[in-house]
Amino acid sequence: MSAHGAEGNGTGTHDAPYTPVFVGDTRARLEQLFSSYPTKQACLLPALWMVQEERGWIPEPAIEEVAGVLELTPAYVKGVVTFYTMYHTHPVGRHFIQVCTTSPCNICGAEDVARALLEKTGCRELGLTSPDGRFTVIEVECLGACGFPTPILVDDDFIEDVTPEKVPAILQRYS
Amino acid sequence: MGYPHPSHPKETVVLSKYFGDAEARTYEGWSRRGGYEGLRKALGMSREAIIEELKASGLRGRGGAGFPTGLKWSFMPKDVVKPHYLVCNADESEPGTFKDREIMRWTPHALIEGCAIGSYAIGAERCYIYIRGEFTEPWRVMSAAVAEAYAAGALGESALGSGRRIDIVLHRGAGAYICGEETAMMNSIEGKRGNPRIKPPFPAVAGVFGMPTTINNVETLAAVPHIMVRGADWYKSLCLGSPKSTGTKLISICGHVQRPGNYEVTMGTPVKDILYDMAGGPKPGRTIKAVIPGGSSVPIMTREEAEEALFDYEGIVAKGSMLGSAGMIVMDDTTDMVYQIWRLARFYAHESCAQCTQCREGTAWTTKILERILSGRGKEADFQLLLDLSEQMTGKTICVLSDSCAAPVVSGIQKFRGEFEAYLTGAREPSMAAV
Amino acid sequence: MAEELVNVTIEGTEVAVPKGTTIIEAAKQAGVLIPHYCYHPSLSSPASCRMCLVEVEKAPKLVPACVTMVAEGQVVHVSSPSALKARESVLEFLLINHPLDCPICDKSGECELQNYTFQEGRPGTRYTEYAKRYNPVEDFGPDILYVPNRCVLCTRCVRFMDDVADTPLLNVSERGDRAVIGIAESQKLDHPWAGNVVDLCPVGSLLSKDFLHKARAWDLDKSASICPGCTQGCNISIDTRDDIVVRLRPRANLDVNRHFICDYGRMNYRWMNRGDRIEAPLVREAGRHVAVDWDTALDRFGSIVRGASGSAVILASGRASVESLGLVRQLVDRLEVTAAIKVPLGEEAPLPGIPGLALRRERVPNLAGAELVGYTSAWEAALGAAASASLVVVLDADLSVEDEAALAGIPGLVLLLGTVATESLHRAELVLPVASMAEENGTYVNRDRRIQRYHQARSQPGMARPAWWIAGEVLAGPGPDADAPSTAEEAFALLGARWPVFAGTTYADIGFAGRVLPSAAAGAPR
Repeated sequence: MSAHGAEGNGTGTHDAPYTPVFVGDTRARLEQLFSSYPTKQACLLPALWMVQEERGWIPEPAIEEVAGVLELTPAYVKGVVTFYTMYHTHPVGRHFIQVCTTSPCNICGAEDVARALLEKTGCRELGLTSPDGRFTVIEVECLGACGFPTPILVDDDFIEDVTPEKVPAILQRYS
Repeated sequence: MGYPHPSHPKETVVLSKYFGDAEARTYEGWSRRGGYEGLRKALGMSREAIIEELKASGLRGRGGAGFPTGLKWSFMPKDVVKPHYLVCNADESEPGTFKDREIMRWTPHALIEGCAIGSYAIGAERCYIYIRGEFTEPWRVMSAAVAEAYAAGALGESALGSGRRIDIVLHRGAGAYICGEETAMMNSIEGKRGNPRIKPPFPAVAGVFGMPTTINNVETLAAVPHIMVRGADWYKSLCLGSPKSTGTKLISICGHVQRPGNYEVTMGTPVKDILYDMAGGPKPGRTIKAVIPGGSSVPIMTREEAEEALFDYEGIVAKGSMLGSAGMIVMDDTTDMVYQIWRLARFYAHESCAQCTQCREGTAWTTKILERILSGRGKEADFQLLLDLSEQMTGKTICVLSDSCAAPVVSGIQKFRGEFEAYLTGAREPSMAAV
Repeated sequence: MAEELVNVTIEGTEVAVPKGTTIIEAAKQAGVLIPHYCYHPSLSSPASCRMCLVEVEKAPKLVPACVTMVAEGQVVHVSSPSALKARESVLEFLLINHPLDCPICDKSGECELQNYTFQEGRPGTRYTEYAKRYNPVEDFGPDILYVPNRCVLCTRCVRFMDDVADTPLLNVSERGDRAVIGIAESQKLDHPWAGNVVDLCPVGSLLSKDFLHKARAWDLDKSASICPGCTQGCNISIDTRDDIVVRLRPRANLDVNRHFICDYGRMNYRWMNRGDRIEAPLVREAGRHVAVDWDTALDRFGSIVRGASGSAVILASGRASVESLGLVRQLVDRLEVTAAIKVPLGEEAPLPGIPGLALRRERVPNLAGAELVGYTSAWEAALGAAASASLVVVLDADLSVEDEAALAGIPGLVLLLGTVATESLHRAELVLPVASMAEENGTYVNRDRRIQRYHQARSQPGMARPAWWIAGEVLAGPGPDADAPSTAEEAFALLGARWPVFAGTTYADIGFAGRVLPSAAAGAPR
């Protein structure tokens, strides 16, 4: 499953007109999930994932849509969205790169990898999107692959043993 | 085996036997390797008999707390008058720990089997496997394996033709370390913020969706089918040290060693063997300075302490730390301990759920003090301040996240005070711009 | 059924409390207030502020008093060194990012952060050389501002909206020390009971725009009263500064409104400060009104009442007290009487989490009380009866243009006991200035037959007097030996003889919490 479909990926602004996510197949997929949980509320995390898969981030109107579909309030949904750091509340680049810099990777040179990623993508700083809209790089806490420093996540691709030298070749795979 | 490295003679390979073997990932391949025998056997036993077998095996929770698994299962109400749930904690997020990831990547059916046995033993209506959001590959592997298990009839209406319904649902997290705490995980499954809950009520009474719930770690559940097949006595015999610590344990070892990876050892193996024989010791010309033995939340050990310790729940405690998740972070003499302790404090400040005052404010303040020290503007009084804050962050909150922040700070100051002082006196150049 | 009691010792005081009581509530029985922020007796307890940590003998660590149940033989130390240290530490943590802007904060003087810091906080901060966290003020709703910098994240406001109002309009956003109380962009905090979050906030983080910078807490005089907004009878405090009502706040009554009032009631006070009051008795002399003293006015009132024959109509306000309605009714008992109060109607707005609590459709406080002393809510019928009555008494009724028109042409005499001038004043034979409910003592009976006392909150303007005083004086008649009631309590005591439902109940019985009157089917008062 790819979190970032080609057309939906990284597009949109806060002001862009909104079209609903939960129609057709996506709606059907969500409704199928209802049988896996005793409450609709429990489908909130999966529903937010579906929004992010389709849109690349979670715009404010999507929060309202999800609230409506799951019989929650927008404020409630927003409280949940902002708790989980993997949900983007702002548009991001076409490819979203997360680099682990927590201690086990840190002592093995993770900060050099992060610097290389910034330099090679053209992102001015962590959290910002490159001028060509291609990449956003952020530093994250432990990705859970400490034996393979430094792991990075490019969209949903988990890449181990990244060193500054390997960065250019990795980036080439993402247009 | 020491995936990604070949198996070491001092390992006892049970759970990790098929790490790296892509064929073992499939239902077919797993069955050919003796898979689903444990489940078949369990389904022929009474629920009580399974729990007794587990109690006899001495299996203890591999998530960090080390609670006896059979006992935990026995806490579930016998009469299933309302839904019961089994939750498998696959939110492995403790820095230094990456064993559950490998179990799911290589032997997904071992976990599914363990979950199915657990579901049957506690009378669960459904099992939720909570996989952290960052684990994209384990998610894909597990999703495929669950689908296969349903298709093959190992799960669903009549598991392995037993007439018993067993259901497994995968639930994806979305970036929150604290969801590895069992009550926070239950909130997260319910579609809430991952805030830890106050106990009581305990999960066995009112867990996920307010119903009786058992939560087990991936490694714990993956061990269950082996115990079913080979018996409690066999498992209990895998023990070198304390009779209270039995079986094999996966150790994730990372940082400054030559062969980082997952090693499976019998409880009671000397830590020295793990560090030097299995993981290959430090890189040439370096020496080990510190070891954090159980994921980042436990006190830091000096090299001497680590080298003298036996690897089991009691052995590590005897040397002033805890086994925790058995994620071993090794730091050599090139490591700036103050900087790494700051990194850990920053991690906890980032992950604090914001409920308890001491944690919300204390983790952030601790981080700022360490930043000031790193920027060369620390003061002698900062030691006492850090220790005071740490004391008030220990044993005062709903969960132990703030305790976990305090542990490396307190042990760091105790054992590596000289490195802090070097920043204070200017003997060491500031490693951070002034904040 | 006797409750099972548990014996505990708290700060050296032994108390016996029902099983299942929390330490924090048991401590109140022992006369000890354990400091707390997130705990509130009308909300669920997250035990997250960690302020109420206390030491329990034999427990391995400090326990949160708000969620720990008492156990037999338990010994609790609230002020042991370790508990004091823990609370001092929580205060220090809460203050590191607090702006300390007490001089411009509305909460100052009634702030639990300020109070506990004075009580047991550190004299200074060790959080030096760091910038404080800053977030701008947010406009949450029609009357509510959020000042995040002062927030202690106790989440009382969130839990009130979630669990009590059943309308989750607020959330905790973000995590760790970045966390703030949030709201959705598309929504406003405009629930009919939302104003309670301002009272619930233990610090100055949620503010009422209506009260913004109106008064310092220590300049306020507080009077126990009953909300005049509807038939629910919520207990309130009328807060005045320099004799001006500046806000209404809920006063706890677990049987009526717990700790809450609705926004309609909360904002319904401006009329209490009206300046255009009738301040002197007026009698009609040669076609025009002349101000007179009370003796003259009462004599005139008495002679009119005693000389009347035929039928009388009383048109009264539903905000009039039981005492006033009762004694005015007694004045004309000799005649054939039609008495009514005007009951404006509105939308009902329940508070879902508190069964039995709602802003009621009937927007008067004393409908049940009026009915007990012979009034109905059949306003139109009473207006119709006025057309043929020889005497019409208007008791501070809020008359509409249509009402005024109906009264304009009637043949009978009109007597007005009022607070403010109305059109009917011009044709009234006698105009008597009366006190508003904020200016007198009295009682109301709510929809559940609970009789409740309210207390005078501001002074009576000019020569205005409570209506019961006027009626009582007239009933007693002129002369030095007349035995007229001089207090509301004495006026109330007169009612029992005429209406047995009040017999046997005194002001002392009613107390501050009220008392349910016996039902018509008899039975002792509860």
